[in-house]
Amino acid sequence: MKTAWALTILLICCAPTAWTVQAEETVSPPQQLRVFDTPNDSGGSLTVTWAQTDQESKNLRYQILLKDPAATEPKVIAEFASDTYYVRDAKAPWWTRPAPKNMHQFTIKSGKGIDLKDGTSYAVTVASVAGEQRTSAAPVQAKPEPNWFNWNQINNLAIVMIFGFVVLGSIQAAKRREIFLRRIPGLDAVDEAIGRATELGKPILYLTGAGDMSEPSTVAAAVILGRVAKRVAAYETDLMVPHRDPIVMAVCQEITKQSYLEAGKPDVFKEDSNFFITTDQFSYTAAVDGIMLRKKPAANFFMGSYFAESLLLTETGASTGAIQIAGTDSDHQMPFFVTTCDYTLIGEELYAASAYLSREPVQVGTLRGQDIGKACILVALGVGTVLATASVLLHVDLSLALDLVKDWK
Amino acid sequence: MTLLRRQLPLLITFVTGILFAAQYYIPHPASELMLTSVSKWLQIIAGFALILGVTSLFHIHAVKIRRKEPGWGYSFVLYAGMLGTIVIGLWHGGKETTDGVTTAFGWIYTFMMVPLQGTMFAILAFFIASAAYRSFRARSREAAVLLIAAVIVMMGRVPLGEHLIPISGDITQWILNVLNASVRRAILIGISLGAVALSLKIIFGVERAYLGGGKE
Repeated sequence: MKTAWALTILLICCAPTAWTVQAEETVSPPQQLRVFDTPNDSGGSLTVTWAQTDQESKNLRYQILLKDPAATEPKVIAEFASDTYYVRDAKAPWWTRPAPKNMHQFTIKSGKGIDLKDGTSYAVTVASVAGEQRTSAAPVQAKPEPNWFNWNQINNLAIVMIFGFVVLGSIQAAKRREIFLRRIPGLDAVDEAIGRATELGKPILYLTGAGDMSEPSTVAAAVILGRVAKRVAAYETDLMVPHRDPIVMAVCQEITKQSYLEAGKPDVFKEDSNFFITTDQFSYTAAVDGIMLRKKPAANFFMGSYFAESLLLTETGASTGAIQIAGTDSDHQMPFFVTTCDYTLIGEELYAASAYLSREPVQVGTLRGQDIGKACILVALGVGTVLATASVLLHVDLSLALDLVKDWK
Repeated sequence: MTLLRRQLPLLITFVTGILFAAQYYIPHPASELMLTSVSKWLQIIAGFALILGVTSLFHIHAVKIRRKEPGWGYSFVLYAGMLGTIVIGLWHGGKETTDGVTTAFGWIYTFMMVPLQGTMFAILAFFIASAAYRSFRARSREAAVLLIAAVIVMMGRVPLGEHLIPISGDITQWILNVLNASVRRAILIGISLGAVALSLKIIFGVERAYLGGGKE
């Protein structure tokens, strides 16, 4: 019995020695070290990759060492556990992945005490550290350089180009045969609204939203203004277009003027039908609310992008009994428009309005192109959902297909 | 004349449209520099355009005052407020504080502009209530669905509601994350495609109404 106890005590005493021996096993340096300019970036960055080893555990750590050409000694710029920083964590699509997914990858970027200058050669190495032991791979020289193309977004570019060709093809097709357009009640109501204003002898208020001319929704609002102004001119009704942006005002003045000319009523055109109020959000809202309450327009049009002012404008308009037609791509304001306006053009209908009102084949063709684009996206969503679910359920890597439909924004 | 009114603007639109679409795919600093430079140009143009805007504002209100149109007193207030602020602003070099002391310009901003803007924003609460009352009247099946969904979401978003009906929080999250998010994304896909199609039409000169409408 005594012998057994003695053996047990001896084993317990020896155990830490055994662990120590295991820990003191020689740490091998990182293998297959590669250092290169980070691809697809604006420069000032280097990427380091190296192979995974069997020794990796919580006890083993990696250090990234960078040597500036002017410095005598390399500097540790990062230290992390050996089971972190893999190529798969970088989330790059498979066609730009610099190494297999199970290899390690670390990107050195300028900032936080590091200043990588483009065109300057730097020596970089990776060290394996376990307790007191530290061993590093042979340093590799690399130069950061800016790149002229971001290959991560090549799928995005391909989709845009294909969509562009589809739209242009649809325009050509629309010239040859008539394309069916579904009814958009909000746009059918434009004539009704103008007619009502004419009957009542009251003006029409048209707002182009909060955006500037760089926003597609503002351009769409300005284009629709042209169509509306043409009909307003034919009925000789008053038109008021208060603006928040002077450039939008100048553009809309030209559009309105041209519409009156086309309607054969240049004499009815008033230079000050388009006028500037202010760029300030709530000052503009207060002024437009005042116009609504004093002039009591019979029809209010709210086209373009809007923010918090949307409900303040439309609710005031609703209180005056005006017929209200809204069209916006501001998805966060749509509930307010739907609630307070008689008709609302939801999102893409705003962009379709120009084609719908003009019925020009060239314009209508783009709508067919958009529909084809939507069908493609629906198919991609369906296929992507099935593949992503299958990859999780069956534990198979389907990134070859899934990466293709990633990042289409 | 057609060259200046049509062809040149269309050419500029085409070249800049292609250039800035390409800029999205080019990470090189030269591309960033170009975007920054053009953003500065836009700021300068916007600054000069503001003169256009202010001129329009002055003109319209001057006409109203001269003709003594109904409400011309408001136009007078606008003139007084605008000119007063400009003069005081220039007097203080556009500074709101000098050596920690609020200037008259700062006083106008803090004690007139900010409360007025706050007042306008605060009215939103009442407008939301009146708009909600109108749309939540269960006059149709859709309105009834809207009412039920709104009640559940409201209950799930306030601590008292979740305390009274504990499951309302989970249902709210489901409504927002599944029903609401999917519809919102569908709308966003439509918007994005519409915006891309419109941009293509503008770049390739198919849509020209923004140049002053009509055909040549």
